[in-house]
Amino acid sequence: MRLLEAVRIALQMIWAQKLKSFFSLVGVTIGVTFLIAVVSIVQGMNVYMEDQFANRLVGLNTFQLRRFPGINMGDISEETWREWLRRPRITYDDADYVEERVKTTVVLSRYCQERMTISYGGKQAKDIEVQGADAAFFQIKNYEIAAGRPFSPQEARVGAPVVVIGDLLAEKLYEGLDPVGKTALIGGLPYRIIGVVAKQGTIFGISLDKFVVVPFNAPTRRKICMYNTMDELYVQAASSPVMLTAMDEVESMMRSRRQLKPTEESNFYLQTAEGALEGWQRISRILFMALPGLVAISLVVGGIVIMNIMLMAVAERTREIGIRKALGAKRRDILAQFIVESATISTVGAIFGIGLGIGLAFTVKALTPFPAAVAPWSLGVAVALGISVGMSAGIYPASRASKLDPIVALRSE
Amino acid sequence: MSDAVIQFRGIRREYDMGGEVVRALAGVTLTIRRNEYVAIMGPSGSGKSTLMNLIGCLDTPTEGEYWLNGQEVSRMTDDALARVRNKEIGFVFQTFNLLPRATALQNVELPLVYAGLSSRLRRRSAEDALNRVGLADRMYHRPNELSGGQRQRVAIARALVNRPSILLADEPTGNLDSATSEEIMRVFGHLHAQGQTIVMVTHEADIAAHADRVVLLRDGLVESDTTRETNAAA
Repeated sequence: MRLLEAVRIALQMIWAQKLKSFFSLVGVTIGVTFLIAVVSIVQGMNVYMEDQFANRLVGLNTFQLRRFPGINMGDISEETWREWLRRPRITYDDADYVEERVKTTVVLSRYCQERMTISYGGKQAKDIEVQGADAAFFQIKNYEIAAGRPFSPQEARVGAPVVVIGDLLAEKLYEGLDPVGKTALIGGLPYRIIGVVAKQGTIFGISLDKFVVVPFNAPTRRKICMYNTMDELYVQAASSPVMLTAMDEVESMMRSRRQLKPTEESNFYLQTAEGALEGWQRISRILFMALPGLVAISLVVGGIVIMNIMLMAVAERTREIGIRKALGAKRRDILAQFIVESATISTVGAIFGIGLGIGLAFTVKALTPFPAAVAPWSLGVAVALGISVGMSAGIYPASRASKLDPIVALRSE
Repeated sequence: MSDAVIQFRGIRREYDMGGEVVRALAGVTLTIRRNEYVAIMGPSGSGKSTLMNLIGCLDTPTEGEYWLNGQEVSRMTDDALARVRNKEIGFVFQTFNLLPRATALQNVELPLVYAGLSSRLRRRSAEDALNRVGLADRMYHRPNELSGGQRQRVAIARALVNRPSILLADEPTGNLDSATSEEIMRVFGHLHAQGQTIVMVTHEADIAAHADRVVLLRDGLVESDTTRETNAAA
C-alpha cells in the first residue's frame, strides 16, 4: 500500500519531468534493448536453424553416413581437408552391409547429387540440383507431392527414367502447363515427369525448389556419382532416441567393416541436423557470452545516471522530506520511498527497453531473412535487472535523504 | 501535576557554531497542562524557534529533561522521536508545508500513512478532519488551487488527523492577511473549546492575545509567564 504510493509518486515525477526522465531512463533502456533484441534474434535463429535449416538439409530424426561433414561453418584447416580427402568413399557394398545388418528399424536411401542443366522444348534451366535417391527419400525429406506421384521402389530398383521435379522447375520450364507426363532432358537423357514437389520456400534467401529427384539407378547416375560410390546414405529413424541407437549401430558396423583399431579415428562421418548446427551453436554461444558484458556496461551507466537523478531529486525535495519527517516518517520510511522511486524509474526504463528490443528484433525479421522469436525468460530477466539496477542506484541517495535533519530540511527552499 | 502534557526541567540547548558555542536556551523550566492555550512570544534570537523544535520533538536538548505525556523524550532515538511526532504532535507551520503535488485529502492522510493505517481508515479519518475545518468540498484540490486560509486549514486538518496531545503552531498566521488570520484564530478557538491543547509560537501581540497564557522568552530564558485572569479558572 505504501509501496504503491511510492510507485505512484515516482510515476508522477517521471511524467512531470519528461525530458529529464528521458535522460535518466536511456541507459537502462539501451541495456535492456540490447538484451531483448540479441536474445530474440539469436533465439529466432536457433529455432530457424533447427526447424528449417538443419531438418530441411538433413531431415527429421535422420543422419547421413558420409565420407566427411557436408555442412561446415567456420574454417577448416588444410590438414583436416587432406585427411578428409584420403578417406575411402561410401560404396554400394557399404550401404548393403548396413542395410542387411542394422537391427534398429530405419528407412534408408542412397543419395548422390550434382548440379546440371535441364531442358524442355526450347527452354533451359541451369544449375538444377539433380538428386539421385531411393524411393524412401521422399519420406525422409518429408517432401509433399503437389501433383502426380513419387517414384515407386520398383522404379527406383530398375532405374526407370522417371523424375519428380521441384516447384521452381515446374514454374520455369512448364509455365502454364501441367508438367506431369511431359518429358524433361536431364544431361541430354529423356525423363518422364511423374510428380511435382510442393513449394519449399527459401532459406537465407536461397530457393529450396531448384531440384529434381531421379531414381538412384537411373541412367544419369554415371553423371552424378563416381563409380560404385555415393555421396551419402540417408538413415531415418522414428524418433530421436531410436536415431541415436541406429547411429551407434552404424558406427560400430562401419568401424568393424573398415577394420579400424579402437585408437583410430573413424574415417567416415555421421552427419545429423545437430551436427550440422555445431558451427552455428558456436556463434550463438559467443553472442551469448558477449551479451552480459554489453548489457552490464549500459546498465552500470544507466545506474549511475539514475543515482545522479535521485541525488538531484533528494536535493530538490529536501523540504518534502522535512515535512514527511515532521509528520512521523522514520528513516526507513524515507529510505524505502526513494529506493522504490529509483527502482520504478529504472523499471520503466526496462519496460521501454523491452518494447524497443522487440521492435528491433521484428525490424530485423522484416528486413532480413533472419527470423526473430522473443524468449519469455529474457523479459523476466529484463524486468528483474531493471528493478535491481534501480534499487542499487537508489541506495546512496535514499540514505542521504533518510539522514537529513528535519529542522534543516524544513527550513530549506 | 498529573494533567501536565509538557514538562520542561532545566532545558538547555547549545549549538556548536564552528568552535563557538551558541546558547539558544539557557535553562527553561515550563509546564503546560492539558487543554491549555499557550502563546510563546519573544524577539528574534530569544530562543522561540529552538523551544518550538524541542516541544515538537524535532530536536533534543543538550541538558535537562523533557517529559511529554508521561514519557521522557529528551533521550530518545531518531526513530522513537518520529513515532512520538506522529502520535503526539500536530504541526501547523507558517508556510503551510503541504506537499504541492498531493490533493488536500492526500496531504491530510500523510500522518496516517506513517502511523500504518489501512487506506480505508486513512480516508475516513482524513475526511472527518477536513470536515472539522470546513473543507469538505475541497478534498480533491491541490494546494495551488486553494487560498492561503484554505491551505492553512488543510494543514490544521493534517495536524489534527492523528488526534495529537498538542497542536503545535509556528507563526500560523505569518503568511496570511488579517481577515484570514482572524478566521484561523477562530478555528483555533473552536478547537480549544473542544478540549485541544494548543501551543503557538508568534511574535504578533494581537495573535498572542487569543491565547489564555503567554510565555515571553528573552535571551534563552523565560522572562514572564502570564495567565489571563478571566479564563484561568478552568
